[in-house]
Amino acid sequence: MPTLRLLNVTKRFGEIKALDDLTFEVKNREYLCVLGSTGSGKTTLLRCIAGIVKPDEGDVYMDDEKSNLIPAEERNAVYVPQTYALFPHMNVLENVMFGPLAKETKRSTAEETAMRVLKLVRLDKRADAFPSELSGGMQQRVALARGLASGAKLLLLDEPLGALDVRLRLELRSELRKLAKESGLTVIHVTHDQEEAMTIGDRILVLREGQLQQHGTPYHVYNRPEKIFVANFVGNTNFLEAIVDHRNKEGGVVRLRDELKVKVLDSSFEPEEAVIVAVREEKTKVTPEPRVDQPNRLSGEVVEVHFLGSFIRYTVRLTNGDRLAARLPVHEEEMGIKQGDWVSVNFDPSDSHLYEYPPLGLQRELEAS
Amino acid sequence: MPEIRVEGVKKSYGKVIALNGVNLTIKDGEYLTIVGPSGCGKTTLIKSIAGVVQPDGGDIFIDDNKVTSLPIEDRGVGYVFQEIALFPHMNVYDNVSYGLMVKGITPLEREVPVEEMLHMMNLEGYVSLYPNELSGGARQKTAISRALTSGSTLLLLDEPLGALDLKVRTVLRYELRKLVKDLGLTAVHVTHDQEEALSVSDRIVIMKAGKIVEVGLPIQLYMRPKEIFTAKFLGEANFITGEIVEKTDSEIEVRVNGSILRSNINSEADLKKEEACVMAIRPEFINLSLEPAENNSWACEVLSGIFVGDAMRYEVLADNGLTLLVKTPITGEETSFARGDKIYLSMPEDYILVYRQPEEGLEKALSLE
Repeated sequence: MPTLRLLNVTKRFGEIKALDDLTFEVKNREYLCVLGSTGSGKTTLLRCIAGIVKPDEGDVYMDDEKSNLIPAEERNAVYVPQTYALFPHMNVLENVMFGPLAKETKRSTAEETAMRVLKLVRLDKRADAFPSELSGGMQQRVALARGLASGAKLLLLDEPLGALDVRLRLELRSELRKLAKESGLTVIHVTHDQEEAMTIGDRILVLREGQLQQHGTPYHVYNRPEKIFVANFVGNTNFLEAIVDHRNKEGGVVRLRDELKVKVLDSSFEPEEAVIVAVREEKTKVTPEPRVDQPNRLSGEVVEVHFLGSFIRYTVRLTNGDRLAARLPVHEEEMGIKQGDWVSVNFDPSDSHLYEYPPLGLQRELEAS
Repeated sequence: MPEIRVEGVKKSYGKVIALNGVNLTIKDGEYLTIVGPSGCGKTTLIKSIAGVVQPDGGDIFIDDNKVTSLPIEDRGVGYVFQEIALFPHMNVYDNVSYGLMVKGITPLEREVPVEEMLHMMNLEGYVSLYPNELSGGARQKTAISRALTSGSTLLLLDEPLGALDLKVRTVLRYELRKLVKDLGLTAVHVTHDQEEALSVSDRIVIMKAGKIVEVGLPIQLYMRPKEIFTAKFLGEANFITGEIVEKTDSEIEVRVNGSILRSNINSEADLKKEEACVMAIRPEFINLSLEPAENNSWACEVLSGIFVGDAMRYEVLADNGLTLLVKTPITGEETSFARGDKIYLSMPEDYILVYRQPEEGLEKALSLE
């Protein structure tokens, strides 16, 4: 039985469609990450599910019950805003007890519940502290504890790690997931950080301008991006404009500019059709000398070298002017390739994806929002 | 093109010491980034250079001129901060020409420098738009253009990309570096994003608790950090404590939970036999395999494996009781492992950093506060 179902949900603000005909399901105890850039509708989506905002069209079902008419406070869901919204004049315990007390729970029961969840987020020893005395990470955990104390089984988290220091953010990722799993919660977690979504989510839902782009496991979204937008937004990808040359048993051959030919695996396009060839930067290889055993050998000049930590990124300008970036693990980089070097670039046909040439051009699809 | 010298600069806010005697020389034409955990003083340092904050002690020189008590408008610096501060009632063109206008330069004389700047920043298509009609990225580009049109050769960037979405940020950071290099500027850039720092800087300054911990080239700080805190703060690292068994000029042998580890990196020359030490190894430098390797190889069990797109992140438990984080880049040729797999890990001698056991204790030395 699904915990949550959205059916054709649309929400407009003036002329802008914040949510555009969204249909999807979140399973019981699933951790779903909603990924999108600023203005993609992520927050509006959470607020619709929480009941703070009413959809203009479509329905939200919780446990198969249409919940459009159920007021926010009676839904079995709790919304944790990005700003945490803790009460500054209440200490940690009072903040966490607020939900249960508002539901007219006995004070002693409310306190018991609050202490139990504070233990869970490892803040039971700071129950007397006021929010201003806590670090950002601790405040975040108080907000989470307050959500948990409400007893709601559906937790709606709006950029829960967004306000934190990077290091802390990395450490809290796995904690957040662990907590949700241990407490048997269903979570919808909104973020613009693709790595965060990949690390925490059972599934990822990618939004763009209120429209669903793809919904699937991190593995699926990363390895089988259904749209150019997704391939660009999640991970780092090279895109080349091409024309399908011919098809064969192994897939097909496309022509880049200047008649450079490249083998691909996808044979679903017709000859002479305009397409976009996508290859991940980490699946693109650079070698100083041409290697005869590799397919799809192209050559060009290294125009940029960027050190990224665990990867080194080379940007190569091919003979036809196209650019390809390749990422090499830093410890495999023993070839000493420098800016200005002439190198061989290649990729395996099975690591490439073909997309239909976008009607508004490639650049429009690559715009982040 | 200026050179900046910061000499013994101190600043306190009440009891909190933001800068505790900072010395730093920023070379002419250099792109320098400052990183460190929240509260380390990086923002106070750049504000002291800008002249927005008045230090309690010490001096700041720009090209050998003491500017410590000069206000920001007399220092000839371009200062850009995270909260984008454009004039909302002016379009892009007028915002960018503002600096020249207040200097009393006529509209006709302003035309060339303003247009050159707009061209360089790819903003020509936006000249008549107002700030609220621009994307976050275009707004920040306008702010940078405005800071530079008045002729400043020192660009101070305080988290200039911090408010932008990840994807936009990645594109803009390279544009920013290119601009600085093309114009021959000196740039000081404060950021919380390590990858940003690693990929754009000539040198990086690492700060902690009001002091500079280490200054160096990105690759130096990542591969051969002199300070243990740098290994912790930049990228990720496993820390393993042990005791030195043998030491020659080229090799260190360390006993760890009954096993022996060898390192080729002789980072601290005065370490002695029998002395306690801490080793750091980055997760991406540890290899996993079905068979034991020749050196530094331990049997281990896979506790968990998470797919993060361009890599797999494993947690493994070695048979000597140590839990290690391992990151395996996915480039197409590696095997992947599942939870419960009994395999081997190996740590190449060239990547094991050895540090003296910190006097204040390991936890304190690695803490972000």
